Amino acid sequence: MLLEVKQISCSRNYRSLFNDLSFNIESGQLLLVEGKNGCGKSTLLRILSGLRQPDTGTIHWNNSEIKQASKHYSQQLVWLGHRNGINESLTAKENLQIAASFIKSKVSNIGYILKRVGLKPYANTPVRQFSAGMKRRLALARLLLNNAILWILDEPQSALDKTGITLLEGMIEQHVRNGGMVIMSSHHDINFKSIPLGRLAL
Amino acid sequence: MMKWLHTMASSAWFYRFAARIVPWLTTLFVLLFLYGLYGGLITAPADYQQGDAFRIIYIHVPAAWMSLFIYVVMAIYGIIALVWRIKLAEVLLISSAPIGAAFTLLALVTGSLWGKPMWGTWWSWDARLTSELLLLFLYLGVLGLYAAIEDKRVASKAISVLTLVGVVNIPIIHYSVKWWNTLHQGSTVTLTDKPSMQIDMLIPLLVMAVAFKVYYAISLLIRAKAELIEREPNSKWVRKVIEEDNNE
Amino acid sequence: MSYFMIIRRESLVAFRNRHEALSPLLFFFLVCLLFPLAVGSSSKILDDISSGIIWTAILLATLMSLTHLFRKEYDDGTLELMMLSHHSLAVLVMIKLAAHWIINILPLIVLAPFIASALGMDLHIQGALLLTLFLGTPSLILIGATVATLTLVIPQNGMLLALLVLPLYVPVLIFGTSAVDAAASGLPTAGPLYMMAAILILSLTLTPFAIVSALKIGISQ
Repeated sequence: MLLEVKQISCSRNYRSLFNDLSFNIESGQLLLVEGKNGCGKSTLLRILSGLRQPDTGTIHWNNSEIKQASKHYSQQLVWLGHRNGINESLTAKENLQIAASFIKSKVSNIGYILKRVGLKPYANTPVRQFSAGMKRRLALARLLLNNAILWILDEPQSALDKTGITLLEGMIEQHVRNGGMVIMSSHHDINFKSIPLGRLAL
Repeated sequence: MMKWLHTMASSAWFYRFAARIVPWLTTLFVLLFLYGLYGGLITAPADYQQGDAFRIIYIHVPAAWMSLFIYVVMAIYGIIALVWRIKLAEVLLISSAPIGAAFTLLALVTGSLWGKPMWGTWWSWDARLTSELLLLFLYLGVLGLYAAIEDKRVASKAISVLTLVGVVNIPIIHYSVKWWNTLHQGSTVTLTDKPSMQIDMLIPLLVMAVAFKVYYAISLLIRAKAELIEREPNSKWVRKVIEEDNNE
Repeated sequence: MSYFMIIRRESLVAFRNRHEALSPLLFFFLVCLLFPLAVGSSSKILDDISSGIIWTAILLATLMSLTHLFRKEYDDGTLELMMLSHHSLAVLVMIKLAAHWIINILPLIVLAPFIASALGMDLHIQGALLLTLFLGTPSLILIGATVATLTLVIPQNGMLLALLVLPLYVPVLIFGTSAVDAAASGLPTAGPLYMMAAILILSLTLTPFAIVSALKIGISQ
C-alpha cells in the first residue's frame, strides 16, 4: 500500500500555505505533520483525506489518482478531524453503528470497541452528557470499526487526558505494527518508541 | 506545473491586454453612445401615441437587455470556473456582477420614470419591471454571498453555483410573473408595449444596445484588472506592474 | 448499500430533537395570526387574501427551517463522514431532505386547513390549497436546500439566505396562490397546478447535483 503525494500546493485567501510538496508513505509507517497553528496542517490533512482538492498537484493511492472524495480511496481510510463526527443526540452505541454503516462495516463488535476506549458503561448514554475527553474517545473508537489501512488524524490528542493519550498512542503503535499507515498532525510532543516515525514540518 | 504556469501567465497577459484595449474601447463607446443619443433624442420621430416621453426607451431597453445578457454571461463564466477551474473565469464572474446590478437598477429607474408620464404612477407592477426587480435581487444575492464568505476562492465557487441556479430560474420567474400580471392587471395595455418601430426609431436603439455592450466590456476589464491584482498581491507580475506605475 | 441505517439515523435524530419542529409550526401560526390583526377581521378581506396569507406564511416558515439544514452535521463533523462514506452523497441528501420535509413542513400542511377556516376559506377550496401545498413545498425545500448548502460556511446565514432564496420562490408562490384563487372563482386550476408539478420535477432532477456541488465546496473548508 502506497500513498504518493506529488507536488501539491495550497493557498488560503491567496496566501500560500505550502508549495510543491511531495512525499510518500507506505504500510507500516507513521508520518507526523508538525508546525505552528495556522500553518496549514489541517488543510494538508483534509487534502490527503480527499475532502479537499489541492490547488495544483496530484495524489496517488496505489498508483491510481484520487479526486475529491473518490469512493475507492475513502473506503480505505479513517478520518478523524477537529470535529468528532458524532451526533450529540444519539448514544455512544448508536453513533458507532451509524459510523459503521458509513464505512460498510459490521457492527458485531461495538461492545468490545467501546470497552477498548473505556466507554463501555456509557454505551447507551446520549453523547450530549459526555465530557469533551469522552467525546474524543468515542471519535477514536471509530478507528477500530474496520480494517482501513490509512488513518488520518488531525490533532487527535486534543481534549484527551493522560490515560486517553496513552490509549491513543497504544492504538497507533498497534496499527502501525500490523502494517497500517498513520498520518497525524500535532503541536504537542509525541513519543513513539518502537515504530518508524517520519516527520514533515510545515 | 505547466498548468499552473499557464494560468499565472494568463493573469499577467490578461492584465496587459486589458490595459491596452480599454482606451480604444472607450473611444468606440463614446462614439456609439453619442450617435445613439443623437438618433434617439433628435432624429427619431416622436411616437404618435406617447409623444416624446417614449424616448427613454433608448436607455431603458438596452439597459434591460444588458441586465439579462450579463447574468447569462456570468453563468457561462461560472460553468467555465467550475468545470475547468480557470481562475480568470472566477475573476470575470465577480467583476461582472456589480455591472449587471447597475444596469438592472438603471432599467428599473428608467422604467419607473417612463411610467410617470404614461400612467401617473412611479410603479405599476408591470410584468417586465417586476421581473427586473427580482433580477436585481438575484444580483444582490450574488454580491452578498461573495461578500459574506471569507475565503475568496470558496466564495468564487459558491457564486458560480448560485449563478447557475439563478440562470435556470430566470425564465421560470419571468414566465410566472407574466402569468401573475395577466391575472391581476386584466386587459390594461402594459408599460412595455413597444411603440411600432419604424426604421429610424430602431437604428438608434440598436446602436445604444451595442454601445452598452462596449461599456460593459470596458467596465469589466477595468474591474477585472483590479480584482486580479487584489488576488495575487505577492506574485511577480503584480510587483512588476507596481514598479512600472511608480516609475511613470 | 444499507441506506436503512441512514434512514434510521435521520429518524432517531429527528425524534430526539422533536422540539425543534415546533419553531416553524409556531412561526407559521403567528404570521397567519398577524394578518387579521393588521387588516381587520372583516371576512371579505381575509377571504380574498387567505390563499396569499397561508402561502406566504408557509414560505417564510420553510425559509426559517432551512437555516438549520445540515447545520448540525456541518458543525459536528458528520457531514465529513457522509462525504467520505460509500453511500452516494446525492441519495444521502435526498433522504435528509425528505426527513426535513416530513418533520418541519408536514405539520404546517396539517395545520393549514384549520387556519384557512379561521380566515374564512371554504372547505372545498381548501382541497385545492392542500394540493398546491403538497406540490409546492417539496420544491421549496429542494430549491431552498441548494441555497442553504451554499451558505453553510457562513455561521449566521439567516438574512442572506432569505435574500438569496425568496426571488427563487416567487414562481411557486404565484402558481400556488393563483391555483387556489382560481378554484375560489370556479375557474379551471389545471394550468397553475401543472406548472407547479413541472417545477417540482425540474427541481427533483436538477437540484441534487447543485446541492452535492455546494456541499463539496462547503466541506473543503
